[in-house]
Amino acid sequence: MNTIDNENLLWQVTQFIWHEAAILDAKEYDAWLDLWQPEGLYIIPIEDVDDYAAVLNLCYDDDKMRRDRIKRFQDGFSISSAPPAVTVRTLSRFVIDALDGNTVVVSCAEHLVEDKFGRQRIWAANVRYTLTSTDTGFRLQEKVVRLLNSDGVLNSFSYLF
Amino acid sequence: MNQLIDVKNIALEPDQLVHNDKIATPMYTSSELFEQEQEKIFHKTWVWVAHASEIPDKGSFKLSKVGREPVIVVRDRKNNIHVMVNRCRHRAATVCEVHKGKTSSFQCPYHGWGYGLDGSLRALPNPEQYGDDFDKSQHGMLKLRVESYQGMIFATFNEGIESLEDFLGAAKKWIDLFMKQGGGYPVKTLGEHQFSVPMNWKVQLENTTDAYHFPIVHKSFLQSLDEEAEKTFTFLDGEGFVEDLGNGHSVMVMIPELVDLEEDLDRKIPERFAELAQALRGEGYPEDQVRRIVRAVGGSGFNLNLFPNVACSMAFFRVLTPVAVDKTDIRHIAIGMEGGPDIANRVRLRLHEHFQGPMGFGSPDDAEVWERIQRGVEGGAELPILVNRGIEKEVPGEAGPRGHVSDETGMRAAYAMWKRMMQE
Repeated sequence: MNTIDNENLLWQVTQFIWHEAAILDAKEYDAWLDLWQPEGLYIIPIEDVDDYAAVLNLCYDDDKMRRDRIKRFQDGFSISSAPPAVTVRTLSRFVIDALDGNTVVVSCAEHLVEDKFGRQRIWAANVRYTLTSTDTGFRLQEKVVRLLNSDGVLNSFSYLF
Repeated sequence: MNQLIDVKNIALEPDQLVHNDKIATPMYTSSELFEQEQEKIFHKTWVWVAHASEIPDKGSFKLSKVGREPVIVVRDRKNNIHVMVNRCRHRAATVCEVHKGKTSSFQCPYHGWGYGLDGSLRALPNPEQYGDDFDKSQHGMLKLRVESYQGMIFATFNEGIESLEDFLGAAKKWIDLFMKQGGGYPVKTLGEHQFSVPMNWKVQLENTTDAYHFPIVHKSFLQSLDEEAEKTFTFLDGEGFVEDLGNGHSVMVMIPELVDLEEDLDRKIPERFAELAQALRGEGYPEDQVRRIVRAVGGSGFNLNLFPNVACSMAFFRVLTPVAVDKTDIRHIAIGMEGGPDIANRVRLRLHEHFQGPMGFGSPDDAEVWERIQRGVEGGAELPILVNRGIEKEVPGEAGPRGHVSDETGMRAAYAMWKRMMQE
């Protein structure tokens, strides 16, 4: 348990989220896995619901699925990930939604541009982070990425949001 | 078989484009041909538009496509299903842009013409300017003929076409088998993944009946399974087969022991479903029902490919929409048990997410190779695209020629139908 210091909180979470964004653009996935609490959930929903487990999502990853997904990216047998699209992303418009003990909930906007075969695609999402403060810094407790048009026609993704 | 095709001098004649063992490159690249296909195939045959569970109640509707044409699929107050072109009869604006929902009527946003759930024109503002002989009954929305089989709703612009059941023919038996995934409950849809791929629609049509690619393209998916499941999905050396079912339909049996999900229920429950089985027992389900539900959750061991736009693919519906000669939209619709145990439907959802959709462990690799095809046909236009695998070894099946599970028998079936329709 590590109670969060209210002071500079916005700056602290911003630093963490930008760090995560840099890791994901660099595809340093082992480092990304280390950012997670083991019980954490990485969710890219289709619908706007309370209980994501009860509906179909684009991804609903617990620890095992996250590790399997990263292994798939890294092993070189997945043609869509060998090589994957290159990405550049920014996250901004941070708002602290809640603060309770060692847990902080932050919402923000994400813009991502991917490039593959010389063709670029642009994606935008509202992202909600639930971060747990630990002795070694923040850890991801939950990350929910709500893509614009998540219930419409998308393209396949060879990277993470 | 390796003869080149003189693409510069062939007209877009079906018999020059489609041979029994190969097709010509313009099949994937010709915009002119694509336009002809819309007219001669998608406008003329039965096209899948929805599953009945997607419009469960009176007034439920969803938007769909017949070829490129936007349609509304709706259930009226008497439970009749209507499919109509999403276009106001006045000045052509779409009357609905909500993907799915419930309503009592459709109203055009431009001048307020209002239509009933059956597409009939009910009311319009200031009708007096149209004069006394304006006949509302002649200005209903353009309706399609609609028939369904086992909850699968099809529509057609062709009033003269055979019945849906005749069109499905030998495929009906396989649809019946597929619906055993209800595990004793009605099958219902549980949501869908949608993604667009820069490829011709026929590349998708072929893929559902292509087992040959599975161990290559989906190696990373296979590697993410436990040993027992990986063995189940390693089916190229098994007893599976592909059979031509007539009218362009075909079935590809990959896992023969999972053709009839209600057979031999005493077989050992796979390790990956042990936890679910235990949870169902904990909820008080008797052992025979536990086994039936668990078997259903794992999905069927075959892909049924229905010409031209839908497949019952192992554990989901796979729907294609042709958008342009080099663009196709794909929908992977998850299915589950209506009124069945929630824990079992949740396992189905997680299994669907595992393989399917934009972030699945399977679909993105499919999408990659499909796009590679569309990129590849930019070169070597005279080279044939081979669909000859196993052609010498086919044997008569129950309904038509049958080949090894990895053979291209199903593609040949689809292309024979394509040729027949394009020549009519």
